[in-house]
Amino acid sequence: MSTVPAIRVRGLVKRFGDVEVLSGIDLDAPRGEVTCLIGPSGSGKSTLLRCIALLEEATDGFIEIDGEPLGFGLGPNGERMRLPQASVRQVRAKIGMVFQQFNLWPHMTALGNVAEALVTVHGMPRAAANAKAMAELDKVGLAARAEHYPSELSGGQQQRVAIARALALEPRIMLFDEPTSSLDPELTGEVLSVMRGLADSGMTMLVVTHEIGFAASVASKIVFLDHGKLLVEGAPGTVFGKPRHPRIEQFLDTYLDRGAAGLL
Amino acid sequence: MTSLLGYLGGEDGRNILSGLVNTCVLWVVGTLLGTVLGFLTAVARRYGPRPIDWLLKACVEVIRGTPFLVQAYLLYFGGPYLCLELGGASACLTLDPFEAGILGLTIYAGAYFSELFRAGFDAIPRGHIEAATTVGLDRWQTLRRIILPEMTMLVLPAMVNMSILLLKETAVLSIISVKELKFQVDIIGNRDYAFVEAFTILALVYWALVELCGRAGRYAEARLSRYRFAHS
Ligand SMILES: Nc1ncnc2c1ncn2[C@@H]1O[C@H](COP(=O)(O)OP(=O)(O)OP(=O)(O)O)[C@@H](O)[C@H]1O
Ligand SMILES: [Mg+2]
Repeated sequence: MSTVPAIRVRGLVKRFGDVEVLSGIDLDAPRGEVTCLIGPSGSGKSTLLRCIALLEEATDGFIEIDGEPLGFGLGPNGERMRLPQASVRQVRAKIGMVFQQFNLWPHMTALGNVAEALVTVHGMPRAAANAKAMAELDKVGLAARAEHYPSELSGGQQQRVAIARALALEPRIMLFDEPTSSLDPELTGEVLSVMRGLADSGMTMLVVTHEIGFAASVASKIVFLDHGKLLVEGAPGTVFGKPRHPRIEQFLDTYLDRGAAGLL
Repeated sequence: MTSLLGYLGGEDGRNILSGLVNTCVLWVVGTLLGTVLGFLTAVARRYGPRPIDWLLKACVEVIRGTPFLVQAYLLYFGGPYLCLELGGASACLTLDPFEAGILGLTIYAGAYFSELFRAGFDAIPRGHIEAATTVGLDRWQTLRRIILPEMTMLVLPAMVNMSILLLKETAVLSIISVKELKFQVDIIGNRDYAFVEAFTILALVYWALVELCGRAGRYAEARLSRYRFAHS
C-alpha cells in the first residue's frame, strides 16, 4: 500500500483546440511529502494542477488518487472512459486546492467561507460547521479575523483563509497553484510558514511555485516542466545541484534573485 | 397653491390615493415579477441550449428596441387575437387593463433585468466558481450559494436605477385605461381644465416615490459595501 503514490499521472495530454499544452506527462507524488512543480511561464504547470483538480478535463491519459482513477478510467475493452459523477465526487473530495488569486467568496466572512462546504455539501449543522471552521482558522492564526469579510483582510490573510477552507474538508492531498505569487513580498512569509507547518504535519502537497527557496527546503521532490513536458525530476539536491540541466540553469537565472541563492 | 391642496381632499383625494395605490402595485409587482422573469431568462440563456439563447435574445432585443407605450397597446388590443386552440376549445389572451399592465411591465422589466443579470454573471470571477467546485458544491449549490448572492451585490445599483425607470413607465399605462395615478389625474385635469395643478401633483408624487426608492437602494448598497469591493 505504501508504494502506491498519492498522485499518479500517466500519459497526460491536454490540448486547447490545436494547442497542445501538456504532451504526455508521467508524474508520481509520494504520500506524505511535498512535491514542487516549477518551470517557466506558460510551461503548463497550472494546467497540470487544474487537470488533477478536475477543473480541466484532460484530453488523454490517466490520473489516480491513492490508486483510485480520477475522472477517467478503463472500460471493459481497455478504452478510456469517463467515470460516473458519483465516483468523480468521491475522489475529488480527497483533494483540496489553493489558488493564486485566493478566490474567497466576497459575500461571506472568513468563517462563512470555511464553513460553507461543511454545511452545503456535507450537511453539517451550522453550529458544528462554525466550530470546525473556527478551529481551522485558528490553525492558520486567524481566529481573531473570523468575522471579517475578504475585503477587510490582507492578501496574506485571505490566502490563509483559503488554505483553512480547503483543510476544513480534511483532504488527503493539497494542491497549491502559486499561492504567494500575488502577494507583496512581506506577506509571502506568513503563507509559506503555514504551508511549512502543513508539510511537517505530513500532508501530501503538490505545489506550483516560483519560491525556489521554499521548494529547495521543503520539497522532497522537484519536478521541472518545460513546454508541456516533464524535463527533469528528482530530489532538490539533484535538480538544483551542479551540474544543472541548461534549461534549469536558465530558469534559475530568472528566479534566483528571490533570495534563494544561499539555499542552493 | 390653495387650488392645488384642494384636490387632495374629498372625492378627488380619494381617487388620487387609489391611483397612487394602483401605481405602487403595478410598480412593485411588475418589478418583482420582472426580476424573476429576467433571472430565469438570464439563466436559460447561460445554461440552456443554443437555440433557446437565440430565441430569448431576439425577444429581449425586440422589447428593448420598442417603446413601452407600443408594447402596452399591442398587448391590450392585440392580445384578444392571440388564441390557442386546444382540442376544440380555444383560449385567447384577453386581459383587463390592469392585468395587461402587470403583464406588460413584467415582460418589459424582464427584458432589461435579464441583460443586467447577464452582465452580473459575466462579472463574477471564474475563480470564485472554481473554488466552489473544488470544495464539492454542485452546479445548483454554486448557483444558489455563490453566483446568486455575488451577482446581486454587483447588479444592485443598476437594479435600483432600472426600477426607478419602471415606476415612471407605469404612467404610460393610462392610455390603456389602467386606473393608475396618471389616469386619475388626467380625469381631474380634463374636468376642471386644471392641467398645471393636476400635473404638479403628479410630478411631486412620482418624485417622492423615486426619492424613496433611491434612498432604499442607497441604504441597501451601504449595507453591502462592506464586501462589494473585495479584490480577490
Ligand atoms: N483555457 C485555455 N485556453 C487556451 N489556452 C490555454 C488555456 N489555459 C491555458 N492555456 C495555455 O496553455 C499554456 C500553459 O498555461 P499554464 O497556465 O498551464 O502555464 P503555467 O506554467 O501555469 O504558467 P504561469 O507560470 O504563467 O502561471 C499557455 O500557453 C496558455 O496560454
Ligand atoms: Mg500558472
